[in-house]
Amino acid sequence: MRLDILNALNEERAARRSVVVVTNQDSGTQRLVKAADIGADPLKAVLEKHIRSAKSGIEETPEGKVFLTVHVPSPKLVITGAVHISQTLAPMGQLLGYDVTIVDPRTAFASIERFPDVKVIADWPDVALPAIGIDHYTAFVALTHDPKIDDPGLDVALKSDCFYIGALGSRKTHARRVERLKAERGFSDNDIGRIHSPIGLDIGSVSPAEIAVSIIGEITQALRQEPT
Amino acid sequence: MLARDEDILKAAEDWKKAGRGVALATVVETWGSAPRPIGSNLVIDDQGNFLGSVSGGCVEGAVVTEAIDVIESGKPRTLEFGVADETAWKVGLSCGGKIRVFVERVE
Repeated sequence: MRLDILNALNEERAARRSVVVVTNQDSGTQRLVKAADIGADPLKAVLEKHIRSAKSGIEETPEGKVFLTVHVPSPKLVITGAVHISQTLAPMGQLLGYDVTIVDPRTAFASIERFPDVKVIADWPDVALPAIGIDHYTAFVALTHDPKIDDPGLDVALKSDCFYIGALGSRKTHARRVERLKAERGFSDNDIGRIHSPIGLDIGSVSPAEIAVSIIGEITQALRQEPT
Repeated sequence: MLARDEDILKAAEDWKKAGRGVALATVVETWGSAPRPIGSNLVIDDQGNFLGSVSGGCVEGAVVTEAIDVIESGKPRTLEFGVADETAWKVGLSCGGKIRVFVERVE
């Protein structure tokens, strides 16, 4: 591998951007394809498939047999609400490889006893979220039921290009939330359409842990499946 | 890759910039139960120092030896490792899998 390719590869990884190294198995030639350049690449479809699954591998292409080394940033899961659902959602996220952070300004909720192995920030989302960095490889979940806490979190998430936004609440609660986000924060229907609410896959969840399963399932679907 | 790795590729870059001869080994194909997924890296320098893994420790020694040759010659090589008892004198994978490892010099 050429040092300039290795250097560019490490720069993209440090900046949390996806990147693929394409190595031709016959000629040995190598090139780097940055996420932003995939759309214009002759191997677009193949590259997109590999980025989505985050898997390296060999492919037969018009360019010949190529080995694709795929580097995708590790995903983050950011939750507002140190609530009952979060107590199971956070460790599930960690098992799936997410870097998990819970944000809740209510110190009684955001205690170490309740969340022994998770990063918990006892601050308001409009302060905490920009510091965490809500990027394309982030899933944001609002679970407090309290507009004072969830709305500023949704505000930051909707202004980012994060891959998943979910908000807990019934259809009625969500309708009121939509009204607030439009009237008070100026979001459009298009913006608000990004919010998954009711949150989670419809699998008849009852307990907080089961709701966490439905949420993590929906996040996985957003991460791995092509949008239809 | 989902699992976190110590930063092997950064080490490859740093070692090269420090003036060492460096080779990068990458798992390019696996069959059966392979210990490390495709794309896993091992970085090797001309003194035989290495970081990362391409197997559960079964074949790293052999890869390091080959990598030192690659650093010298500059010619990339593809190595294949299979089950240990297939050929008694060769190193192999006790897990029963088979892997192909591409070894290239950092230029």
